[in-house]
Amino acid sequence: MTTKPLLSAPQLPEKHYLNQTYGIWSWLLTTDHKRIALLYLFSVTLFFFIGGFFAMLIRLHLLTPSGYLLSADTYNRMFTMHGVAMIFFFLIPSIPAVLGNFLVPLMIGAKDLAFPRINLLSWYVYVVGAAFTLYSMVNGGLDTGWTFYTPLSTVYSNSAVAPAVVGVFITGFSSILTGLNFLVTIHTMRAPGMTWFRLPLFIWALYATSVVMILGTPVIAITLGLAGMERLFGLGFFNPAMGGDPILFQHLFWFYSHPAVYIMILPAMGVISELIATFARKKIFGYHFVAAASLAIAVIGFLVWTHHMFLTGQSTYAALAFSFLTFLVAIPSAVKVFNWTATLFGGSISFDTPMLYALGFLGLFLIGGLTGLFLGCLGTDIHIHDTYFVVAHFHYIMVGGAIMGYLGGLHFWWPKITGRMYSEWLARLAAVILFVGFNLTFFPQFLLGYLGMPRRYHVYPPEFQVYNVMSTAGASILAIGYLLPMIYLAYAAFFGKVAGENPWPSTGLEWKTASPPPTENFHVTPVVTWEAYDFHNRPDLGLDLPGGMAPAPAHGDD
Amino acid sequence: MHRTGELYGQFKTLEQQKDSANLGMWIFLVTEVMFFGGIMLVYTLNRHVYFPAFAMGSNTLSLKLGGTNTIVLLASSFTMAMAVWSAQVGKRQLISLFLALTILLGFVFFGIKYVEYAQKFHHHLVPGRSFDIFYCSNHPTMCDDIGAEEMETERDELEKAKSLDPDLNSHAQLYYSAYFGMTGLHALHMVIGAGLLVWLLKNSFAGMYTPRWNTPVDTVGLYWHFVDIVWIYLFPLLYLIDRHK
Repeated sequence: MTTKPLLSAPQLPEKHYLNQTYGIWSWLLTTDHKRIALLYLFSVTLFFFIGGFFAMLIRLHLLTPSGYLLSADTYNRMFTMHGVAMIFFFLIPSIPAVLGNFLVPLMIGAKDLAFPRINLLSWYVYVVGAAFTLYSMVNGGLDTGWTFYTPLSTVYSNSAVAPAVVGVFITGFSSILTGLNFLVTIHTMRAPGMTWFRLPLFIWALYATSVVMILGTPVIAITLGLAGMERLFGLGFFNPAMGGDPILFQHLFWFYSHPAVYIMILPAMGVISELIATFARKKIFGYHFVAAASLAIAVIGFLVWTHHMFLTGQSTYAALAFSFLTFLVAIPSAVKVFNWTATLFGGSISFDTPMLYALGFLGLFLIGGLTGLFLGCLGTDIHIHDTYFVVAHFHYIMVGGAIMGYLGGLHFWWPKITGRMYSEWLARLAAVILFVGFNLTFFPQFLLGYLGMPRRYHVYPPEFQVYNVMSTAGASILAIGYLLPMIYLAYAAFFGKVAGENPWPSTGLEWKTASPPPTENFHVTPVVTWEAYDFHNRPDLGLDLPGGMAPAPAHGDD
Repeated sequence: MHRTGELYGQFKTLEQQKDSANLGMWIFLVTEVMFFGGIMLVYTLNRHVYFPAFAMGSNTLSLKLGGTNTIVLLASSFTMAMAVWSAQVGKRQLISLFLALTILLGFVFFGIKYVEYAQKFHHHLVPGRSFDIFYCSNHPTMCDDIGAEEMETERDELEKAKSLDPDLNSHAQLYYSAYFGMTGLHALHMVIGAGLLVWLLKNSFAGMYTPRWNTPVDTVGLYWHFVDIVWIYLFPLLYLIDRHK
């Protein structure tokens, strides 16, 4: 007589989206959202390391007060290209186009996005825009700052501004197409029973992000279009010598570029909601408020843009209004942080790698968010405007917030994407290295800024050297922290332990299909009969939770 | 994703596919509103600051050509609406007829726009080094398409505008930047629309659109109407700034 073991080791499914078809064209012409997500993963990773390379040069240059490494002009080009690569080609597409692309259909129980061919088109548009920008970079780069302020960018700069502006202009359309695709998909493609308030909070966050993408990106497109025409054909809208108004450019630029910060941080917040719920094995505290906070941030985010321009001579009354509105954004952001913290309370917490990123995010986002209030306050902004305080603040949001969220999400869903598990201790080590390296890099910059070191200068007074040395040391640690995951995640994709359908376990629909999922995502369209994150009513997860299982109704899928 | 008949694999029903396509087009039109909104803001601000120059620039446009084009576009909106209706009630030949008419009217628009642009080029009204708002009044022989009486009015207006704005030429150039920027973008959208209409016409000859499935006609129709509405705004904004004489 043979006995079947209760738990057999998980097996990879025989056919899944990765081995359905082979060959380069099966990837370059795919309309499968999961494969397009991987195409995006490779391209944004490339830009992350390009941007990181420039960052490393900046930090090495600032090791000494007089800066031996780069000439002043080269230094300007380095920080500009660092910003352009990181913001337009890494941060904005990172979570939406990689994790969002992979997960939106899986999480709502659809076979694909509503417009798979438009999804592929968006990647090609990104690649064309990226090609223009790379062309600019290898032709000496540009030195205008990532903000392309006029008339420096349109008249005076001698660097390769035009191809970079064209590149960013083109890439904007990839973002518009992604946002449009997500909005339609979330509206029309939800599985039976997947009501709006059963959606995972990651979907709510991406919905809010998509709204920002479709409303904001067209404005930067037309603005950069006009600035490009001005550089190439001498139109005069932003050129004071011709009667134009450079401040108008700044208004239009920040009308997009402030909301763009929310394109970066909102999806990260969505990831954090998933991670906290999963590793506290608890329903998110105040689900509706967290969902509504995403939308509130998206809406209020459109009404704060001139806080980047407090010192450009706008009316005091306008500045007052925008300062007030800036403070308003803090409310929904704080709602989220409080609700995540409340979710942890009484949870059955485990410290797997994704959770380390989530907890790191909580602290770093808190610091980044609160220092934002210093800058949104008219009085203090005069003192710290355009200093390293600003640099530290937005790196806490973009690196400490958005990239921590992105890496946490990548670790969380890597077993779903590849079907295999990475080395847990190595991953925890990398998470800790990142956290330490990050704080060592950017916390001293708050002090530098407060003491008055301006941003974008290639030299500084010797008394600032100690903080700059700390920052550069931190950046080197940070670089190791970023290289490590790339290596072990790539290794795990081929040689890792087979993960199984639901390794953590978690409650989302994406965990109810094979890892890696089949091309059509689900063999049978799922029917959703449970609420989001309802760990206590999900005996199918096999969890032994404090307080035990609620007397669960039989689920349609059990 | 595999396709069975009209139904793409990612959808379960034609109803769902139709809703998605329509919603997608509406959202796209929202992005278009923001896109044109940016340049309209630039226009509005400059018009407010340099009103005499903008009024002067506007007066040098041809009301006749612009007005005719407005009527042409309104007519094309009508034929487009008829094409959508024909598709809904299943009159196959009428779909093709109305689509062809819409394309034809689109090309009439391009023709008239070409005449207008060429005229501005000859009159040195294209932004750039040779831009000269006084060109025609200084070289009447080079602008023989302007009548003597018209020329007299233009001279008076130029005189008046010059007294209100000493740097009239460079500010009138801003007006013409807005003019070419806005009408150029609009024309680009028309070209894309015409391409889509040709694609619809090809499919309609193949009998692809039935009362059961005609969403492409519907969504392209939405796009075409949107482009027309943009012109409905552009016409008064550009041609009718100060014509109350």
